[in-house]
Amino acid sequence: MNFARRTLIGIPYIWLLLLFLVPFGIIFKISLSDYAVSIPPYTPTLDLAQGWAGLRDFLSQLDFENYIWLSEDDLYWKAYLSSVKIACISTLLTLLVGFPVAYGMAKSAPEWRPMLMMLIILPFWTSFLIRVYAWIGILSNEGFLNQFLLWTGVISDPLQIMNTSTAVYIGIVYTYLPFMILPIYATLERLDGSLLEAAIDLGCSRTKAFWLVTVPLSRAGVIAGCFLVFIPALGEIVIPSLLGGSGTLMIGKVLWEEFFSNRDWPVASAVAIILLLLLVVPIMLFQRNQEKAQEAEG
Amino acid sequence: MTAAVEFAPWTDPTETPLIRFERVVKRFGDFTAIEPLNLSIYRKEFFALLGPSGCGKTTLMRMLAGFEAPSEGTITIGGRDMAGIPPNKREVNMMFQSYALFPHLSVWDNIAFGLKRGDMSKEEIAARVDDMLRLTRLDRFAKRKPHQISGGQKQRVALARALAKAPKLLLLDEPLGALDKKLRQDTQFELMDIQEKTETTFVIVTHDQEEAMTVASRVAVMDNGKIVQVDTPPKIYETPNSTYVADFIGDVNLLHGRAEIRADGLASLAWAEGATPIKGTAGEGLQGGEASFVIRPEKVTITASKPKDRTNVVKGKILDIAYLGNLSTYHVELPGGQVLKAQTANNRRLSRRDFTWEDEVYLSWTDTAGLVLAR
Repeated sequence: MNFARRTLIGIPYIWLLLLFLVPFGIIFKISLSDYAVSIPPYTPTLDLAQGWAGLRDFLSQLDFENYIWLSEDDLYWKAYLSSVKIACISTLLTLLVGFPVAYGMAKSAPEWRPMLMMLIILPFWTSFLIRVYAWIGILSNEGFLNQFLLWTGVISDPLQIMNTSTAVYIGIVYTYLPFMILPIYATLERLDGSLLEAAIDLGCSRTKAFWLVTVPLSRAGVIAGCFLVFIPALGEIVIPSLLGGSGTLMIGKVLWEEFFSNRDWPVASAVAIILLLLLVVPIMLFQRNQEKAQEAEG
Repeated sequence: MTAAVEFAPWTDPTETPLIRFERVVKRFGDFTAIEPLNLSIYRKEFFALLGPSGCGKTTLMRMLAGFEAPSEGTITIGGRDMAGIPPNKREVNMMFQSYALFPHLSVWDNIAFGLKRGDMSKEEIAARVDDMLRLTRLDRFAKRKPHQISGGQKQRVALARALAKAPKLLLLDEPLGALDKKLRQDTQFELMDIQEKTETTFVIVTHDQEEAMTVASRVAVMDNGKIVQVDTPPKIYETPNSTYVADFIGDVNLLHGRAEIRADGLASLAWAEGATPIKGTAGEGLQGGEASFVIRPEKVTITASKPKDRTNVVKGKILDIAYLGNLSTYHVELPGGQVLKAQTANNRRLSRRDFTWEDEVYLSWTDTAGLVLAR
């Protein structure tokens, strides 16, 4: 292999090494350290001036104490479980909203599609944080939704939506909807219309043809969309903090508090490492789905 | 041909057609895809709708399948008015141009797809699918997915799937369009065999005149939403009713002029100043006046000396020679600038060919070889 090719292939590896593996190593090291009132707020720190003895001394002070702590305090595993639950339910809700939207887009007249696609992408032009703040204005007791419902007379007292898990679901579904719609739309748009005609010609009703042809053939897109929503939703921090209030337990929020409120970097790093391990499984499944989808096309 | 009775239900006035189009019109917005049209197709026929793209042949087929409804007129299949009956309630199946095989299902499940929609038992379905696999020689591929088989095999799966429900009528939309020439020719005969074995009525849509001529019992030549001529392949070829049909089917020579009906029933055409009028069979409804003389290249004889026994003789110069292996086509320029084609079978080796470029030759044909058609 010549030098130019090596360099070209090497660049992404260097990128991954510097921006993923090295930070991971640093976080992993901190998770094995102990809390200390100092800068940085943990011990031990490596003193290279002492040479080999210093390194040996440094390594001997690292232990898995923080991980044991995580398994003993039920706050953490409850937060992990609650995060998985919220991520699962909101993925399902996003799918229920996203599939019909993607289906409608794929069935619309071709000249409308770029416009509809634009509408899906448009919210990304505004900061994510601002959009979540905007939901407070809609969902709070004095918000637009409650005012509207009171005005129409559907309810007599304002609904408590803010600071409940409902608000978190609304926030997650809203934020990650495009990640669900786009991959499903991509598979549905490529779907050959004559397949549906063939199914109807062979005796299916339109509904039956949808379940027997459209749904199985959009599976790759549905799976891709679900992972794209589930993975970020699991570690979500902004939405539960802003919309969920204190009642919603999510691991991202716990992580935030450990880092910034308690300044306990070692425990926070341990939480982050466990979260990462939890995410590796769905990420690997996602990769396999993508590879399979590509194979089926090829 | 054996002594079997010729299959020609369209000549029998007591026979009722399976399919009847009565004054059927189809419009898409302002565009009229099908002009008022009447057509009868009989049981067990292999009927071809032939025409260039955009002539309305696919629309006609989609109306039979139920994917389009006629704007006016009625379509009956087996005596039943088809208006308002959706595709899934018709005893009609279609083989799609793209085959439309379900990519997520195996060959076996593709063929079983239609059967599972009915109320057949599992055993009956399995038996029927196996029959279909044998009929289309696909036994070995039952478990494969569509992307694991060749184009020719896909075509056979599509055919097996469409035939599995034993429909009254099978529609084939350009069924062989995606195959290469050699495979296409083999498949044409296979298709005819299967049609004969299953005794199903086939309606095929194609733009390939050779394909239509090979497989069909009758051919409908279409142009711009109208059926120009419906007839058996030999009749379409030998006695086209218009220059459009003559030109669309096979190769043809055209000479324009003024026609006269002669006392002996033949027509003569004055085609060039000072030249002897040429004689030919009078076409349907020819009254005289502006007309075209139509003759197939293989009916024109090319000789080096003037033949004495023929009345239709013209002299010309060889402009071009197209050597096709089994045949050679000579392009001969007449003194008036018209070019006529003459085709000869290459019974002898090329090295002993009689004519070459710039040779002066005589073209001749018998009195009944050509047709004079009104313009």
